[in-house]
Parts: sequence; C-alpha cells; structure tokens
Amino acid sequence: MEISADLLLNALVSGLLLAGFYAAVSVGVSISFGMLDVVNIAHPAFIVLGSYIAFFANQLVGADPIVTAFVLSPAFFLLGRIMYRIYYYSFEQRGQESLRGLAFFFGILFITEVGLILAFGVDYRMVNTGYSAITWRIGFLDLPLRLVIPFTVSLAMMLGLHYYLSRTFFGRSVLAVAQDPLALQLMGVNPRRVKELAFALSIATAGVAGAFLIVIQPVQPSLGRVYIGLVFAITVLGGMGSIAGAMVGAAILGIAESFTATFFGPSWSPAVSFGLLLAALAFKPSGLLGR
Amino acid sequence: MSWRYPRFAARLAAGLLFAAGMTTAFAADPIKIGFGMSLTGPLAGNGKAALLAMEIWREDTNAKGGLLGRQVQFVYYDDQTNPSTVPGIYNKLLDIDKVDLIMSGYGTNVIAPTIPIAMRKNMVLMSLFGTDANAKFKYDRYFQIMPNGPDPSLGLVDGYFDVAAAMKPKAQTVALVGADAEYPHAALEGARRSVKNHGMKIVYDKTYPPNTTDCAPVIRAIQATNPDVVFVASYPPDSACIVRAANEVGLKTRQFGGAMIGLGYAAMKQQLGPLLNGMTSWELYVPEPTIKFPFIAEFLKKYQPRAAADKLDALGFYLPPYAYAQMQIIGEAIQKAGSLDQGKIAQYIHANKFSTVVGDVNFAANGEWATGRPLYVQYRGIKGNDLDQWRQPGKAVVVWPASLKSGEHKYPYHENRN
Repeated sequence: MEISADLLLNALVSGLLLAGFYAAVSVGVSISFGMLDVVNIAHPAFIVLGSYIAFFANQLVGADPIVTAFVLSPAFFLLGRIMYRIYYYSFEQRGQESLRGLAFFFGILFITEVGLILAFGVDYRMVNTGYSAITWRIGFLDLPLRLVIPFTVSLAMMLGLHYYLSRTFFGRSVLAVAQDPLALQLMGVNPRRVKELAFALSIATAGVAGAFLIVIQPVQPSLGRVYIGLVFAITVLGGMGSIAGAMVGAAILGIAESFTATFFGPSWSPAVSFGLLLAALAFKPSGLLGR
Repeated sequence: MSWRYPRFAARLAAGLLFAAGMTTAFAADPIKIGFGMSLTGPLAGNGKAALLAMEIWREDTNAKGGLLGRQVQFVYYDDQTNPSTVPGIYNKLLDIDKVDLIMSGYGTNVIAPTIPIAMRKNMVLMSLFGTDANAKFKYDRYFQIMPNGPDPSLGLVDGYFDVAAAMKPKAQTVALVGADAEYPHAALEGARRSVKNHGMKIVYDKTYPPNTTDCAPVIRAIQATNPDVVFVASYPPDSACIVRAANEVGLKTRQFGGAMIGLGYAAMKQQLGPLLNGMTSWELYVPEPTIKFPFIAEFLKKYQPRAAADKLDALGFYLPPYAYAQMQIIGEAIQKAGSLDQGKIAQYIHANKFSTVVGDVNFAANGEWATGRPLYVQYRGIKGNDLDQWRQPGKAVVVWPASLKSGEHKYPYHENRN
C-alpha cells in the first residue's frame, strides 16, 4: 500500500485520540493495582456501570454523558470507599488479599454485570449527543468530536491526577503507601485511610471513563470483559503506579493499533500491541516509567 | 362368602387405579424441547428476542392442545454467546434433562459446535441463523431457518453484488472487510466467490478484531484503494463502528453496506438513524408494499407489545419471525410424523413445504432453504432517531431481488448519504 501523508497523519491522530480513551479506562487500575496492589479485576465493570448511568441520564433528561459522569463522580467515589472497606476488613487485614481478594473482585464483576442486565436489559445502548455526528476537517485531517472530546477531557483528567498525586500531600501519601506502609504509619498517616481514598479515586475515574465509552461506542453489560486485558496491559507497560506511564502506555498501544490497522491489516493489531508490551517488558521489566 | 373376596377386590381396584394413574401420568408428560440461547453476551439482544418469539409459539401451540396431545415445555440455558459453553449445555439437555428434541442457539458460532452433538445422538437439529455451518458436517438431519438458499454463504451475499453489477457503469473493484469470527468469515468466503462470478476485482480483503473500538483506520485503508463497492460482514457493535467511521471519514464509494448483522435491530436503527442513509444492506423483513408474508402482521401484533414491555427488539423485523417460523416447522413435523422419532421428523421436513409467518419454506437436501430469499434494501430519508419512522414503507427500500423490488438503487453512496 502506498504510504501517503494524509494516511500517515490520520493514522497518527486516530491513534492519539484512541489513546486518550485507553488512558482514561486504565488510569484507575494504575492507581488501584499499580500503587495500592489491589487487583481490582472488576474495574471494567464499573466503567460499564458508568456508561449505563450516563445513558440513563441522557435518555431521561438529555444530559451530556461526560457532564453526568463528573456530576456523579462523588457517588462513584463513595462506592469505591465502601468497596475498599469491605475488601480491607474481609481480606487485606487478614492477609488473604491475593487469591481471595481476586475472587472477591471477580464476584463483583459478575454481580455488576448481572445487575446491569436486570436493570437495563441486554440490548446495545448508545447515546446521541450534539457532537456525536460532527467531524471537524482540517485539511485532510478528520477529527470526529465523538473521539476528540473524550480525548480532551481525558487528557485534562490525567494531567490533573498526575499533578494531584505528585504535588499534594495526599498524593505523596498514596505514593508513599505503595513504597512502605509501615514508614508512612510511623509518620502519623493512616495507611488504610490513604488506600481507601486512593481506591475510591480509582473508582471515580471508572465512572468518567464509562461516559467516554458510551460516547465512543455502543455498550452492553458484558462489554467490560473485553477491556480487562487492555487495562492491565497498559498499566504494566507504562509502569506500575505511574500516571504518566499509563498515558505513555496508552499512546503506544493506541498508535500501534491505528498504524497496524491502516497499513498492515486490522487483524494484526492485537498481536502488534501485545508484542510491543512484551518487548518493552523484556528491556524494562518495571515498565517504561516504572520505578 | 369367603373373607378373601373383599381383599381380592380391593387389590384389583388398587391395581386398576394405579394403572390408570400411570397412563394418565405418561399422557400428561410434556414434550421437552431443549436448547441453548444467547441470554447474555454480545448477541443477547437478539437471543432474548428470539426466545420471546419461541415462547409465543409455545403458548399458541399449548392453547390448541399441544403436540401429540401433550403440552410443550422448553428447557433452555444461557450459552452467553460463547461457543465453549455449547457442549456442556447440550450434553446436559440430552443426558440429564432427557429432552425429546433439541434446537440450536442463535448464530453460526454456537450452531457449529452443536452439530457434532446432534450427530452423535441422531437428533434433528433445527438451527437459527447459521451461515453454512453444515458445510463440512453434511448432516442429513440439520435444518436452517435463515433464508440464504442451498449455497448459504453465496446465497447470503449474491444479491449485493447483483445490485453492484447493475450500476452504470458496472462496478469493477471491491473492498471486502469483516470481523474475525465464524459468521463474517463465511460471509466473506461467499463474497469472494460472488465477486469472481460477477467479473469484479478485489482490491482490499482484510478482517479486524471483533471488538475494535475505532474503525476509522480500517475505513481509511479501504478508501485508499478507491473501490467501487465496499462489502462489510460484521456483528452489531462493529456494524455501528463501521457505519460511524464511514460517515466520519467521509467514505466515497459507489456502493457501501453488505451483510451487517445489527442493522436489522430496532435499537441500532434508532440509534444510528440518518447515519444509515445511502447504505445498501441485508434485511429479512421490511414493511414495504412488495413484501407480503400473510401471517406476519398477526405475529408482530403479539410480539411487539411484549417486546416493548421486556425491553427487547421493539420492531421484531429481523430474528423473531424466523424464530417463530422454525418452531412452526418443527411443530408441524412432529404432529404429522405422529411421533418423536427423529428419523420420521427429519424425513417429513425434507419432503414437505411449510406455510409459516415468513412465507412458504421448503428445504434442500443439505437442510438449507431450497430457494433463498434474502433482501437487499437501501436506507433512505431517515431523519432523526425516531423509531416509528421504520414502521412505515419507504425507509428501507427493497432493491433486490427483482421480484420484490420496491424502488431503484440510488448511487453513488456518498451522494445519497445525507
């Protein structure tokens, strides 16, 4: 195939726009798994839950999904706090977090999925916003707003989280609890509370990512399972516990997917993406920006 | 009189009562029909709609006294649209639940693993929308309700390329694309043969992973080959992905569409709305004046209110009528064969024509329809996301086959998009 400038640039832009979405769906796992060592395999189910809540608000009052997600993020935050408390008192406190905690989150994944089926049915759901069908064209570049707006909001969210976790006292506590919870405790900070609030933050990001998901594509209750591999791959590729790493990992996978689909055939995309993951880990096992 | 006489009479009476009770119990045993169905997973929307249609048939049949004087009972399990669940489900249905008959689940992916199990037990298998699933097995008790004709993967797609060949000038180049899954692979195989038969050239022929999030790179790669015709074989989420990407990239081609599952669903029609304008797509029933299935209106009157209440496919134009029709065929075969003997049922189905809610149906030796009847329609004049506009003629104009045509094909696609 002839590699023209417009094809090349559009592939790059598509990859970056996709990366914005991928970063949003995986940043929560970067926090929960990367920083807190909580293997929250149910994270994609919360993303789908966020999608359905955004869909419901859109159908009921015509609310924009992304606005809905931010308005309801305190509710997701609270949900995350409850989830972590149950997890902590049932498993982590007793030293049973590894296998039993994983089983717990698997259970949450399936319960959430079945709950969505009972509440909303099994049909695919999509939203139509004022910008869903609009595409900006700048020369030969196509910029569908359905991807541009989630990308922009995601970028702002990622930068905000990166700043918060690296510059504020609480953020540094979260990084500290990942390194040495006992030392943190000796400094007068309650590690359990820090982990609870950080985990709640990760669930709040899932709600926002869910809004992006339903703007971008149709959603059905079991869609979360499709993203389990991707979110953990981006977290590991970028480096455990690194928000910037999650952004870089998402960019690599998004651009690889777009370029492969454009120039070599879309069925190769997963192989190329995960091949890059393996290659990166072979040279830097801690991930690209991992400590 | 001996004191033994009353005791003997009592024993005789008890024995007679027991025998009567046993006979009554056997006669009252329902006929059990077992199947897996997609109640969760990517095809659950259609699976649940199909199940509703089958339940309507069961209720209608039982209200008339059932089959062979026995009520009909369904035994079914959720196959999660996952082929790996199929062997377990059907072994349980046959060995533990001891069903009298089996039906398939919905879709090629779950039908294919069901066939060897049916073959092992010599069971009749009426299947629901499998594309060429029996091609390698050649099982003589397999039947298929999807109206593709005796060569299903070609019959499904040939109409699309007939429409392309009728354009002036005739289309020369074709791009083929589909999801990496059983059904799209079968459809693309048929498309390759049809393209060759029509003397056209394939300039793009690739597949994509089923849950691709952004289809724009795929559409751009296709656009770069400048094809006259773009044919897509896809499942619901990627059908929506492809339609959106085509509009966003501004795909320019003379004919765009194909055998895209999902565009027949009410939810997709409602949500995609005007994005579908100009596309040429495969359908099975549309409310055009040329489509006259005698009993379809009666079926839809029963189906639509219940579907709305259960949050299922509100129109019921795609799968539900055919799910009902397959039960009509099985029911008639059992009744006329006079028994549940699988050989007699299969023989009856092979030898007879059936009058169903989707018109007359008869089967070829391989279990597919003897004469195919897919429709190719062009979506036009769709405004907004109102679902009721789809209940009226004129939104999905039949452009193929000629015998059922309700309007002329308008091209090129990009000039008829909006």
